[in-house]
Order: sequence, then C-alpha cells, then structure tokens
Amino acid sequence: IDMENMDDTSGSSFEDMGEMHQRMKEEEEEEADGEAGAGDEEDGEFLGMKGLRGQLGRQVADQMWQVGKRQASRAFSLYANIDILRPYFDVEPVQVRARLLESMIPVKMINFPQKIAGELYGPLMLVFTLVAILLHGMKTSDTIIREGTLMGTAIGTCFGYWLGVSSFMYFLAYLCNAQITMVQMLSLLGYGLFGHCITLFVTYNIHFHSLFYIFWLVVGGLSTLRMVAVLVSRTVGHTQRLILCGTLAALHMLFLLYLHFAYHKVVEGILDTLEGPNMPPFQRVARDIPVVSNAVLNTTAKAIALTL
Amino acid sequence: FPGLADVSISQDIPVEGEITVPVGSHSPDEDYSTLDEPVKDTIMRDLKAVGKKFVHVMYPRKSSALLRDWDLWGPLVLCVSLALMLQGGSADSKDDGGPQFAEVFVIIWFGAVVITLNSKLLGGTISFFQSLCVLGYCVMPLTVAMLVCRLVLLAGTGTVSFVIRLIVVGAMFGWSTLASTAFLADSQPPNRKALVVYPIFLFYFVISWMILTFTPQ
Repeated sequence: IDMENMDDTSGSSFEDMGEMHQRMKEEEEEEADGEAGAGDEEDGEFLGMKGLRGQLGRQVADQMWQVGKRQASRAFSLYANIDILRPYFDVEPVQVRARLLESMIPVKMINFPQKIAGELYGPLMLVFTLVAILLHGMKTSDTIIREGTLMGTAIGTCFGYWLGVSSFMYFLAYLCNAQITMVQMLSLLGYGLFGHCITLFVTYNIHFHSLFYIFWLVVGGLSTLRMVAVLVSRTVGHTQRLILCGTLAALHMLFLLYLHFAYHKVVEGILDTLEGPNMPPFQRVARDIPVVSNAVLNTTAKAIALTL
Repeated sequence: FPGLADVSISQDIPVEGEITVPVGSHSPDEDYSTLDEPVKDTIMRDLKAVGKKFVHVMYPRKSSALLRDWDLWGPLVLCVSLALMLQGGSADSKDDGGPQFAEVFVIIWFGAVVITLNSKLLGGTISFFQSLCVLGYCVMPLTVAMLVCRLVLLAGTGTVSFVIRLIVVGAMFGWSTLASTAFLADSQPPNRKALVVYPIFLFYFVISWMILTFTPQ
C-alpha cells in the first residue's frame, strides 16, 4: 500500500465526483459499449490519483453523489410536479355552480358531519373575481390614486385574507380538535367569498349606505352561517364550537365591512372635498388637484390604520 | 482462407477516402443548413411567422398554426407597447394616476401564467408555452383599442368620448376573449370549456378596465 502519495485534496471532493460522472456519461454516449464505465483501477489511473486513501475517499464521495442526485431528482419530480394539484381541480361546471349556490344556504343538520368538497378551482376563481371587483370599485371611486398600488393592494388583500385566515382557522381547528383538513378549510373559506363578491358588486355600483348594511347582514350573514354550521357539525364540545365559530364569523363579517369602508372612505373623501351630490362614475375623470389627492391618501391611510 | 487471416492495416499506410452524406433536397431538418443563409432571410422568416399569427388572431379560425410553432415575440411586442401607452403622466409627478410599466408587464405575464396553469390542471392538452403564446397574441385587439382610446382622448374627455371608448374597448374585449377561446378551449375536454373560459374572461376584463379608465395627465 503506497501511502506516500496520499491525496486528500480536491481530487475526491463532491464536485469532482459530479465532474467525473459527467465525463463518464459523455464518454458512454460517444461509444456504444460501456468502455468508459471501467473498474476502479482504471479510474484511478485515468484520473491520476493514487493511494488507497484517495481511492476510499473517492468512493465515498462517489456514493454520496449518487445518493444525493437520486434524492434531489426524486424530490424535484415530487414537488415540482404540477400533477399534485391536479385532483383539486377535477370539477365539472355543474358542480361549481351547485357549490356556489350551496355556499349561501346554511345547513340545518349540525349533528352529523357535513361533507366539504376539497376543491380549489372554485375558491381560486372567486378570489380572482373579488380582486377584479375591488379594482372596479376602486376605479369608479376615483382615478387619482396610483393604479399600481391599487392592483397590488387588491391582490394582496384578497389572497392574504384567503390564505391567511384559512391557515389561522386551520390552526384553531387543530387546537379545538375539529375534523377538517387544510384543503377543506381553503375550499370552505373560498366559497364563503361568494357572498362578499355579490355584495361588493352590487354596492359598488349603487352607493347607498343602508343598502350596503342590508346586504352585509343578509348575504354576508348567510354565507357566514353556512360556514359556521359546517364547522360546528365537525367539532365536538361547546367551548370549542364557540371559539371556532365566533372567530370565523367575526373575521368574515369584518372583512366585508373593511372592504366596503376602506375603499368607501376614499369615495367619501373625494365627494366631501369636491361637492355634495353623487356624481355618475364615468364623469369622475382625473382632476389634478393636489389637495384632493392628499386628502384621499390621508383618508386611506387613516382607514387602514383604524382597521388594523 | 489464409489470405484473409491477417487483415490488419499497417501503420504507415494512411487510410483515406471520403465520407459524404448525401443531403437530399427535401431534408426534414433545415435547421442545420440555415447557418449559411443571409441574415435578411432569417429575419424575414421569423417576421413572416409573427405576421401570420397576427392575421390568425384577427380572423380567429380553428387552425393549428398558432399552436404548432409558438413564439413569444408577438406577445412581447404587444405587452411592451401596451405598457408604454398605459404609462401615466410624466415621470416627475408623484401621483401620475396611471399604472407603471412594470405593473402592466407583471399583470399580463402573471395572469397568462396563472391561466395556463389553470388550463393544464383542468386536464388540457396544450403545452405551457403554446398557451402563453395564444394568450399573448390575443392581447392585440386590446392594444388596438388602447391606440384608439388615446386618439379619442386627444379630441377631448367628455361623456361622448367615454361612450365611444366604452364601445371600442368592449368590442375589442369581446374579440380578444373569443379569439383566445377559439384556440384554447379546443384543447379541453368538451364539458369543461366554461371552466377555462372564465379566467380568460377575467384576465381580459382587467386589462380592458385598465385601458378604459386610462386618462392622460
């Protein structure tokens, strides 16, 4: 055993194994038969490394490379595969329509666990629709605020609500021992946004405070009742039911209030600054009055600060 | 056969000859022979392909040319021109009232990616870039609408101008949605077409809304 030329330097490192394998692979592709995949002795001579210790180290690094490569490719094909999400999008239009209508109808039977469809197409589309409605509402209220922040705020608000409140409710459900999975929670809350979409769509076009309150109570209340009933049917114990349902109801209804008023304040701010009566939306073209824009920005900031 | 027992070639006799592969006039892969053509030919070929796709968008027919040879030149040009035209006021005003270039760009491409993922998840047979290509090319009617809106806004900003802009943008929005639906919905199973069309409708609705509410400062 020749220990004189102990080569512990980079000849047997991880990266060099990768290079060696790459070279070997290329040589294999060039030649038809596996001459390049020769035994260890030829490898040693080929790469010019001598010494038992160098060879051992090389073999260990070689094995590590193989294992690491296999694990990485397995992990990649597992997680970067879009097909994981495919079962959650397997719906028919009829089913989506049925679920949309069902989301407004509270169930009566709360002693038996209600079935929740773990589907993500409907909720995702509802979130995007809510974003579009918010943009429409913000646009009809004024054209002075920068559109970039409009778009970013709308998307951030809606997705943040959907994902954040779902995660929070899932965590609470885990604490309160409720039988619900994350996808089901996402789905339930997503379909609950249908009521929000309807309310905002109507009240952004017809600006009456009392109309909004009626819609808030009726439409928002119905969709909240539905979600609450489904959750109650899946939870055991009075305290747990109370905690879960109280939190969900509060968050859901307050979100609708926030969406209406945070952006409504902007309308009121402009209307108060300019003149009294309601102007038709398409005549509210951009006015380059710095005072108005400042008032608008201040009001929005105040509204956001108040609700947070 | 003793004469054939030893057929080794000795070292000092060079082996020479010619190895030629006859290149047929109808060879399928012309890629290897396009290195020698003049640059003008290459550019003109690509330009013609892009122009043909624009014509396909103008008159949406069920043809596979748009899908087969996808390219992203057209969408890039359209997206950049739309974002430039939607650029609000001057750069030195704080609230210029219009979307910034980056926002329009991000919205268009992010929206197209989301729609593509959605149609793939719903079981579509179209590939990722083909779908991006179709969605990008179908932004063309909306770009034309933006041009018309800017010209109309030069004339004035009143109720009449708003009504004209509304009609134009509405018509172009319908055209965009129909054109992209004609190409994309075919790749879906027949009973799920509505599920794919709806996000496309939302996407072009958002772009149309940005165009309609654009007012120059």
